[in-house]
Amino acid sequence: MNGIARPGSGAANEGGRGRALPLWKKAKPTVKLLASLAATFLGLLLVTFFIGRVIPIDPVLAVVGERASPEVYEAAVRQLGLDKPLIVQFALYIKSVLQGDLGTSLLTANPVLEDIKRVVPATLELSTVATVIGVVLGIPMGVVAAVHAGRWPDHIVRLIGLFGYSMPVFWLGLMGLLVFYGKLDWVAGPGRLDIFYEDIVDPVTGVILIDALIAGDTEVFFNALSHIILPASVLGYYSMAYISRMTRSFMLEQLSQEYVTTARVKGLSEGRVIWRHALGNVMVPLITVVALSYANLLEGSVLTETVFAWPGLGFYITNALMSADMAAVLGGTIVVGAVFVGLNLFSDFLYRIVDPRAK
Amino acid sequence: MSALNNSSGTAKGGLRVWLTADEPSSRFHARMVQAYLSWLNFASNPLALFGFGIIVMLFLLAIFEPLLLTHDPLAQDLSARLLSPGQQGHWLGTDGLGRDIYSRVVAGASTTLFIVSLVALTAPVAGLVIGTIAGYFGGWVDVVLMRITDVFLAFPKLILALAFVAALGPGIENAILAIAITSWPPYARIARAETLTVRNSDFIFACRLQGASSARIVIGHVVPLCLSSVIIRVTLDMAGIILTAAGLGFLGLGAQPPMPEWGAMISEGRKYLLDQWWVATVPGLAIFIVSLGFNLLGDGLRDALDPRSGQS
Repeated sequence: MNGIARPGSGAANEGGRGRALPLWKKAKPTVKLLASLAATFLGLLLVTFFIGRVIPIDPVLAVVGERASPEVYEAAVRQLGLDKPLIVQFALYIKSVLQGDLGTSLLTANPVLEDIKRVVPATLELSTVATVIGVVLGIPMGVVAAVHAGRWPDHIVRLIGLFGYSMPVFWLGLMGLLVFYGKLDWVAGPGRLDIFYEDIVDPVTGVILIDALIAGDTEVFFNALSHIILPASVLGYYSMAYISRMTRSFMLEQLSQEYVTTARVKGLSEGRVIWRHALGNVMVPLITVVALSYANLLEGSVLTETVFAWPGLGFYITNALMSADMAAVLGGTIVVGAVFVGLNLFSDFLYRIVDPRAK
Repeated sequence: MSALNNSSGTAKGGLRVWLTADEPSSRFHARMVQAYLSWLNFASNPLALFGFGIIVMLFLLAIFEPLLLTHDPLAQDLSARLLSPGQQGHWLGTDGLGRDIYSRVVAGASTTLFIVSLVALTAPVAGLVIGTIAGYFGGWVDVVLMRITDVFLAFPKLILALAFVAALGPGIENAILAIAITSWPPYARIARAETLTVRNSDFIFACRLQGASSARIVIGHVVPLCLSSVIIRVTLDMAGIILTAAGLGFLGLGAQPPMPEWGAMISEGRKYLLDQWWVATVPGLAIFIVSLGFNLLGDGLRDALDPRSGQS
């Protein structure tokens, strides 16, 4: 929500006209939101452009090689547009990004955007399952903590959360592999599928769990499930910590309200007061929290995917880093940044729809 | 600050009385009373004290490192590689190159402190400068500076740090720089918010009427008022900084071998995870304990110094 809720400068000077047109007045917050979204995205591109320029590797040498004659070198400089002023170069850069051209990966020799389209479903699958785990465990934990505030259930929930904020995600992943894969053998190891299950079902959506269901192949489905459960639990632990903490503080706020007292005085059971009345009112802000935690998972997924060799966006970015494939790194950064900004915007938007007071 | 002269005399004998005086005799005295009361408040929280203890331990480890090492943390001994804990005088075993894990974990304490203190000295200062300037001057300065802040806030931190390190090249200095570049925006926001609340108060107008320059007002009067919120936030962020640094180390972008750094040690231990579990487990425990310490300390500090955001 940080960057998005602030009014953008683009919409500010048109605000005076809003009085005459109620329709325009209604649309004004949306326009402001879009303007600030555009400004943030421009800033994002400025950062990646800047990073692409500071890089100590000469982009021209990478194209022509070290033994090129000065004439060839000059020609390459002109062809890459490096002789133009920086501002023109930046404009060209924005133009190409908006056209979907993120450059070509050195590693795979494919356009970066195509590579990213291929790996994104794996990341989506992982973070969705992780969010489900975080929501299913986190919300009840937060409610219990708020109801018993200051007593042992509250302390336990707080400690579980604190552990989450203190553990490196990659280490938790490795420990999970050690215990549940290495010692107990309850789950499958790294990767999305065992090697002999690969390429059996047709990739319709790219999400193996769904593809397997479409094909009706339960064997593949359960194999995929035993692969995803550990990395998703590791990531989900962090969402759970965040969601339970926020649920607790929202619930505490609700439980001190007068309508809760009224409901109790009317003789409603304590369970109904807590789980229906109070939690029902908490659901609205919680939607925002869940969307934000989904966005935060993108960050955790970089390290988790590396540990579990999960072929998603995070794994793609770290692999590109190892081989100094800057086009892929920056392309991945732009996509992650854009998704992050988009999810923030989406949560903001959702909040406006669900809670009439926010209008 | 000039009233230090009479404080040492009264302190003798009745330090507690002096520290709990109702009517402080000087500005210094008043500050000491305030600090003592905050400490009492803080010390009544056992978890916060526990966290404080962990951080003190971390400093002690770094200071007395030469005395605590049982082996040279860089010395390789290929005939004694991957020993399990307790074997041949290696308390926590040895890693893939036969280096003593206990000594490397101890040596890693100073690496961690080095990273954390450099980030903690640079990012909050940058944030304070940007936030107070934006808040104090307002207008287009505010709009431009906060727009830049928002852009940095709109990214996942680790991804941005990764992109910076990728451009600057791997190494501990570049990792620190990348973490600092990605962690200043929250401080700028806090400092701006605090500045906005004081900028129109009477004492600021009084200063201005006396002819104080904007720089003097911002540095001498606005920044000190922002400090306590920023310090609390820095303590709360320490764990995050440690985890990010360890993550960069794990990916091979932070501290380079053979430097003993906990994240990089986990990455080395990954190769032997299923058979020699201790190589990856031990440094991870070290990261976990230190981050937990900073988190507990930060929570305690927030509750003690900032009653507004207490148990709500």
